Amino acid sequence: MKRGGIVWSWLWMIVGILYFFLPLLATFMFSLKAIKGIYSFKSYENLFADPKFLTSFSSSVIWAILTILLGIIIFVPTAYWVRLKVPQLRPIVELLSLIPFVVPAIVYVFGLVRTYSHPPLLIVNSPGLLVAGYTVLSMPYMYRAIDTGLRAIDVQTLTEAAQSLGAGWGTILFKVIFPNIRVAILSGAFLSFAIVLGEYTLAQYLAKPAFGPYIGLLIQNKAYEPAAATIISFALTWAAMGILELVGRGKQVQLVGGH
Amino acid sequence: MARPALSKISWAWLGIMPFFLFAFLFLLYPSSTLIIGTFKDSKTGAFTIQNVLNLLKDPYILGAYWLSIKISLTTALGGGIFGFLLAYSAIRGGLPRFMRSSLMTFSGVASNFAGVPLAFAFMALLSPTGMLTVWLKAAGINIYTQGFTLYKFLGLSIVYMYFQFPLMTLIIAPAIDGLRREWLEASENLGATTFQYWRYVAFPILLPSILGSMILLFGNAFGAFATAQALTGGQISLATIVIGAQLRGDVLNDPGLGYAMAFGMVIIMTVVMTIYSILQQRAERWLK
Repeated sequence: MKRGGIVWSWLWMIVGILYFFLPLLATFMFSLKAIKGIYSFKSYENLFADPKFLTSFSSSVIWAILTILLGIIIFVPTAYWVRLKVPQLRPIVELLSLIPFVVPAIVYVFGLVRTYSHPPLLIVNSPGLLVAGYTVLSMPYMYRAIDTGLRAIDVQTLTEAAQSLGAGWGTILFKVIFPNIRVAILSGAFLSFAIVLGEYTLAQYLAKPAFGPYIGLLIQNKAYEPAAATIISFALTWAAMGILELVGRGKQVQLVGGH
Repeated sequence: MARPALSKISWAWLGIMPFFLFAFLFLLYPSSTLIIGTFKDSKTGAFTIQNVLNLLKDPYILGAYWLSIKISLTTALGGGIFGFLLAYSAIRGGLPRFMRSSLMTFSGVASNFAGVPLAFAFMALLSPTGMLTVWLKAAGINIYTQGFTLYKFLGLSIVYMYFQFPLMTLIIAPAIDGLRREWLEASENLGATTFQYWRYVAFPILLPSILGSMILLFGNAFGAFATAQALTGGQISLATIVIGAQLRGDVLNDPGLGYAMAFGMVIIMTVVMTIYSILQQRAERWLK
């Protein structure tokens, strides 16, 4: 606004850019130094050659996909039904969907382990518990994304139109509602993907193979490979956020939970 | 008349049962375990408030809470101020328009980039053999002989800032957009100085948003675990780190105390988020 102001604006931006890129530059440079004296991609080769990398990485991708599917199966019908039939339950459902914000991931996994690690509820070793836990962590984003998507369409009219053409609930949900909130579901899905892919706390304490704990282990045992893994992880975060931005202008904020 | 209405209501309830069942099994029931564990004698199973009393006089646990609060306050304040300055510079600072969209994209990525990889990135930058440490040493400044270390309070704060200030930039941007140019023009026409415009117009309007966002940042840092665990190897006694250690093996030598400590974190987070939502409602008055 003021002439002097623009100098300050540039200054803050430069500091911000340095803060953002310097750690990444340092990591990248470090990842190239696996062979003494020359720059090489050896650390990446080593990483890709490690069978544990592939296992943990593909596990995380599977957790992410299952989390997204479970989220869609549970939250889409719920948000739809709340809008259509039981709007009086909206405050309760919204409150429930926000609870993960006040329960830090480590406290949450503490509760899960203590609850489900003795009979008759001995399910702490089941991969299902991890997926359910991730679905809970991503619930605030997923539910809100879906609910925002539903707000933009006329749920009542679409439902009545489908019903008058003889559609059942399954057809209405999968052939009418789903396609209309595709974008909203996608933006929730990519955010969930970004959250689950690098997640450490739940996977570590539920003792399941995942990318986050794998990098944690690498840091303790290797020098250059964790740098390569960090760069890959960052590139994936960037890709997920980039797609998110392309798909829709959803809120792209990860709050309490993943850090 | 009454019968169809009745059956309709029961149907409507059924439609939402899967969600409630899910929320009960994986959210409410595990949370109730924390509450029950807090108020139960771990040996006799009787109701007690002894765990809470023990917690309140345990210097180690109180110290861990206090360290978590200190680091959350520091990074919420620092990240809040810097994030605001960045957002304001990009939106109203007279910079080229593409700076704004780039900043928002970067902020989206950086606020989501956390945990183990973030910890490693800062090790590559600021550990004793890190890039910046070496550069500074070449310039004659040895930060490690000056008392700096990446693995204590200051170092961890610098790392937390990496996800704190971008989060601030993202959530404060709508409030800065809400500052109308007419207000600046009107105050300038009335002869106000820049300082007076900020003191009497912009700042009071932005204050609830800024405070609310900083409180969210506080919560964001307070619950953080993976970053600190990976950076320090669990050597810094934050509340989350102590809970993590308690879960691996009863380091507090008292299961009840562990429950109370975990439940205490939920209480603090609930207070934080409640204040946030109140401030958010106040802030929205100006954003319409």
